[in-house]
Amino acid sequence: MIPNVGLTQFLVVSAILFALGIYGVITRKNAIMVLMGIELILNSANINFIAFTRFGLMNLTGQVIAIFVIILAAAEAAILLAIVLNIYQQLNTVNVDEVDKLKN
Amino acid sequence: MNWYNIVFYAFAALTVISAIGVVFSRSILYAAFSLLFTFFGVAALYVLLSADFIAITQILLYVGGILVLIIFGIMLTSRANNVEVKRRAFQLVPAVLVVGVIAGTLIGVLTTTNWPTANFLPYEDTARPIGALLMTQFVLPFELASILLLVALIGAVIIARREKGKRA
Repeated sequence: MIPNVGLTQFLVVSAILFALGIYGVITRKNAIMVLMGIELILNSANINFIAFTRFGLMNLTGQVIAIFVIILAAAEAAILLAIVLNIYQQLNTVNVDEVDKLKN
Repeated sequence: MNWYNIVFYAFAALTVISAIGVVFSRSILYAAFSLLFTFFGVAALYVLLSADFIAITQILLYVGGILVLIIFGIMLTSRANNVEVKRRAFQLVPAVLVVGVIAGTLIGVLTTTNWPTANFLPYEDTARPIGALLMTQFVLPFELASILLLVALIGAVIIARREKGKRA
């Protein structure tokens, strides 16, 4: 029997999203794919905040924090894409393991 | 089995399946399109949690902003013959181990903990109290966020078009 939807179900969905995001960050070489994994992680954190706003003991604070998370995600995506475009023009690759110019 | 449960499980399945598509798809463009469905599914979950303002913000900012930026990035950085785009994943075994441990631990902890919950009524209207909170209790982070957005905007423009004027 499928249980009634409560706090736990939302938290489990968020945990699955978090694990998938970590997997994407670990296994992908392309910097833009890494960015997508980070976005998944941020979304899972937001689901947690809003689920605790709805069911937990904090008031609307969680939703306000979720708004700040979304703002930071937007700024981060813009900066990361600018950096990726610059790296692509300089080194002609976007794979994070080939950008090792500082090594030598 | 009421409608709330059915809708929740449908959108949770949509979110998780499209997130799996994001992570496991070979083509980066398909991954971006799967990410679109993930964002919509998460927005639907926000609606089910009676967070209407956040849901609209999610659709506007993530789907309308970040996803478009990501697709721009893919278009601008992939070569025409798409050799570089399709790439196999690497470090599969350690990744599966780490992710399995993380997911198992998280889900185990989350399902066995007895969370202190309260049976509130769903919020009727969240935009007005969120605006009030942003102007009273959270006014300092709000202003900091605006400064951060300004800095990020200028920084992104400067970083992205540095190659034009190679003075140094």
